[in-house]
Amino acid sequence: MGTELRGIPAAPGLAKGAVARWDQPTLEIPSFVPLDARAEVQRLARARRSASSELQALAKRTAQQAGRSEAGVFEAQAMFLDDSALVGRAEDLILTGVNAEQAWQQASEHFAVQLEALPDETLRARSADVRDVARRVVENLLGVRSQFRLEAPAVLLARDLAPSQTAGLQRSMVLAFCTAEGGPTSHTAILAKAFGIPAVVGLGAALMEVAEGTPVLVDGTAGEVVVDPAPGALAGFERRMREDDERRAQEAGQAHLPAVTADGHRVEVVANVGGLEDAQAALENGAEGIGLLRTEFLFLNRDTPPDEATQTRAYEALFRVMGERPVVVRTLDIGGDKEVAYYDFGREANPFLGFRAIRISLERPEEFKVQLRALLRAGAGHDLRVMFPMVATLEEARRARALLEGEARGLKAAGEPCAQRFQVGIMVEIPSVALLAEAFASEVEFFSVGTNDLTQYTLAAERGNPRLAALSDACHPAVLLQIARVVEAAHARGKWVGVCGELAGDPQAIPLLVGLGVDELSMASASIPRAKSVVRGLTLPAARALAQRALALESAAAVREAVAAFS
Amino acid sequence: MQKTILKVVNEVGLHARPASEFVKLAAQFKASILVRNVTAGSQPVDAKSILSVLTLGVEQGHQIEISCEGEDEQQALEALQALVAADFNGKP
Repeated sequence: MGTELRGIPAAPGLAKGAVARWDQPTLEIPSFVPLDARAEVQRLARARRSASSELQALAKRTAQQAGRSEAGVFEAQAMFLDDSALVGRAEDLILTGVNAEQAWQQASEHFAVQLEALPDETLRARSADVRDVARRVVENLLGVRSQFRLEAPAVLLARDLAPSQTAGLQRSMVLAFCTAEGGPTSHTAILAKAFGIPAVVGLGAALMEVAEGTPVLVDGTAGEVVVDPAPGALAGFERRMREDDERRAQEAGQAHLPAVTADGHRVEVVANVGGLEDAQAALENGAEGIGLLRTEFLFLNRDTPPDEATQTRAYEALFRVMGERPVVVRTLDIGGDKEVAYYDFGREANPFLGFRAIRISLERPEEFKVQLRALLRAGAGHDLRVMFPMVATLEEARRARALLEGEARGLKAAGEPCAQRFQVGIMVEIPSVALLAEAFASEVEFFSVGTNDLTQYTLAAERGNPRLAALSDACHPAVLLQIARVVEAAHARGKWVGVCGELAGDPQAIPLLVGLGVDELSMASASIPRAKSVVRGLTLPAARALAQRALALESAAAVREAVAAFS
Repeated sequence: MQKTILKVVNEVGLHARPASEFVKLAAQFKASILVRNVTAGSQPVDAKSILSVLTLGVEQGHQIEISCEGEDEQQALEALQALVAADFNGKP
């Protein structure tokens, strides 16, 4: 009674229920020498076609039940069926005197094993897809079918779950997924998130000892499963489930209200947005404006840069959705990892330290002016705020501003629609800006801290490098100190400061940022309801004291501990 | 025979959707197309085989060599080059 199993969190949330086991029977694959090798190749081809129809049907049904990207798994699997190397290998085997079942199985295993050996976890997960397709083809060849049907809502337990096993599942019947194997990007994780249910994977062989019908508690956020819980544990869990549901409902209910601390201090909560659909979702989640409009969506996937009319129309559509709410637009931030077909930047040893963003814009002023004019036109009648990315020097800030103001003067002189009042700001991503904050504060109306890049450049830790994950924590005092400096310099001159990096949506960091005096938090839309709720739980003096304590600490871990103790 | 060396900048390297785009495009040409991972020092594989391309293990920043041989080898090379340069038409 009450065994605790630890695994990898795959999809967040809490669930309790009875176990429904899925033990997939092992297929007996016969081995014989085909009488007619060519006919055997044809038999394989028919089985492949049949498998392909099944996958198309599954893709359609899954798209309806769980969404397009989940259905994409079946489309990807269908590609394997016609893969020239896989089919070639299987057919070659048949021609050497192996039956179709064995030939396809062996050829598939050859590739599955290679995929499993790759360092990338997502690719290792694809080996399961190859095997899933292999099983489907072999079942077709043998004329058998393995099915799974749930009679009542249950926690589904299996060694691992393959896409075709779960395709037939009804969302309403599954309370959670638990698997012995699998990683955070495996099919189980993806489906659970699409279904909105918790999942824990990699629980290990011990999971397979759990009998059918056993009650379990699943914590997908912590990655824990309690098997056959004691009454006390069950009651505690049920209480947590109720609190979780209440919290989520409450946050959603209050998402459209302003984020005001318990002692009356207002913090603006806005969204990071990459296009029109994002903007609409943002409003639904209670965004009070846009704190970061990434404009790259207009520039990527094209053969030529977008002209002024195209840009103006796109920005206008966005501003219309936002109405009178402030929109902070970041000018083109490409280069390095974000390339476009029509610029050839050549190879750089360190793209993140290279020719990108504002550096490109200032070197190609005619193209930069096109974007600036389009923004000014579209911004007429709206609350337009323009900010420049990757600014490192005062000269860059001044030149960019001068270009923007020059275009505004030009439009007005020509009697063209133009935003009458607009704010100019810069991103704080490069430490030089924080170090010279006082000087920069005289040049702009606002700053927006891009904590992801600021952390990268401050701690010299490459973003997205799994080996450096611990070093890339934006709660590091060295990053917080820079934010504090920028806020102090800005407020002394009546300017405002926002944070648009991931840190802004991190519930642990929000008390710190509010305590440091940050005026605006910009984040992914889904994080907005929670963020507002965190703000409402703060009082300014306590938040300030916490922030000051954090600035004197020595590591990100120490800072997070301090925040945990605070709440 | 036409060949070229390119750098793959996509976040997920030559995997998942970018790999699918690559293979689907390669399949449109008559020429025989091989691709190898220069950075990892791999052997060339059939660019029309998604499984072969996936097992090349091309990560972000790796260099690949594409070689095309056949009737439309020039068009094939140019098309694949453009696809890689345009970062596979979208997010990973």
